[in-house]
Amino acid sequence: MKPAPFAYAKARSVEDAVKLLGEHGDGARLLAGGQSLMATLNMRLSQPSILIDLNGISGLDGISVENGMLKVGALVRHAAAAKSDLVAKNAPLIAMAMPHIAHPAIRNRGTIGGSIAFADPAAELPACFLALGGEAEIAGKGGGRWVKADDFFKGLYETAIGADEMLTAVRLSAATPEMRYGFAELSRRHGDYAIAGLAASARADGASLKDIRLAYFGVGLTPVRAKGAEAALAAGKIDDAVKALASDLDPPDDIQETGTVKKHLAGVLLRRVAAQLTGARA
Amino acid sequence: MTHAYDISLTVNGELLTARVEARKSLVDFLRDDLSLTGSHVGCEHGVCGACTVRVNGQIVRGCLMLAVQCGGATVETIEGVSDTGEIADLQDAFEKRNALQCGFCTPGMLLTAQELLANGKTPSRDDIREHISGNYCRCTGYHAIVDAVEAVAQARNGK
Repeated sequence: MKPAPFAYAKARSVEDAVKLLGEHGDGARLLAGGQSLMATLNMRLSQPSILIDLNGISGLDGISVENGMLKVGALVRHAAAAKSDLVAKNAPLIAMAMPHIAHPAIRNRGTIGGSIAFADPAAELPACFLALGGEAEIAGKGGGRWVKADDFFKGLYETAIGADEMLTAVRLSAATPEMRYGFAELSRRHGDYAIAGLAASARADGASLKDIRLAYFGVGLTPVRAKGAEAALAAGKIDDAVKALASDLDPPDDIQETGTVKKHLAGVLLRRVAAQLTGARA
Repeated sequence: MTHAYDISLTVNGELLTARVEARKSLVDFLRDDLSLTGSHVGCEHGVCGACTVRVNGQIVRGCLMLAVQCGGATVETIEGVSDTGEIADLQDAFEKRNALQCGFCTPGMLLTAQELLANGKTPSRDDIREHISGNYCRCTGYHAIVDAVEAVAQARNGK
């Protein structure tokens, strides 16, 4: 299908984009990589009155390390992040997730900020952002503010980003030698959205793990922390951690699988990821 | 109500200006306005890869990018890379190894394969499968396509 008619405006700066959002209200949509938005427009699942194109804004595609944090601009393309030595060194979890995200032509256009702001519950990057305990930089009329990942995801496709605000960057704690990361995903075909997936980070403390963050995707309305499982895993009890998922997660049935199957798969993923975190063979 | 905008861009080496409706996808613009019908329209939501074209040197989904976004861009289609001879060896290999039947996926498949081979390395068969995983082919079962891409990779690297 073809999209319904809409107007188009190219934002010249973040301030300009925020101003346009304020002027056009609910009918406006921000266009970054467009790899989800354009599909919904083509299927007429979404009929905005105007698209505000962010792609001409300079300064949003940088990757840098400042004060022990990796800062990734919202317009950094997946392909650029996948090739970045800074990302590989400071956010290995993002590098682990990259090959699972769609396909080369999509990764050439899709943006890190777009994926996190769109907050598809089955997408990889929102879960990585949550697993890494990152922070999102949100720009609005009054300037910028930072929101922690734990406070960022509010509901299905709903985030802390207000109606006349936009995501401009994410900040992640840069990896240190004692940090451990794990990533696993189950999908029908490589590159598809996940049936269920798990992104995780933890700090190794001798033989045990501390500060464990397990972020599931594809099992709820948002990426979901499994806090009961985190506690059990910190106590070194993998079987208890898998059992804890029964109360941590309540996956709804979706087009791919039933909630019951997803819950089972969450346990399978946890054993695989726990093995990655502890350095054992899965 | 229509919303039309003027753009100027380079398509297959030719600088041109056009007035396009905001909602028109890049692939529809190439096909309908420029009669470059080698890029195909399949699923129109980014899944099949039949609309693959190159924008500023990188392959993209022609259905997931708007023509109006291409102001100042350099766009290359299967017609362009065929005329320059850039992928002549790939095209020969596809023909020799029966890597196409109906041909609907072929332009997108060729551009995608060329991006993989452009880095000068010799990819493994798994690398090739992974790289073309976003391009659907309903005729060949993919084996012949992987064969063709692998043969060209080896030939280009003198193996």
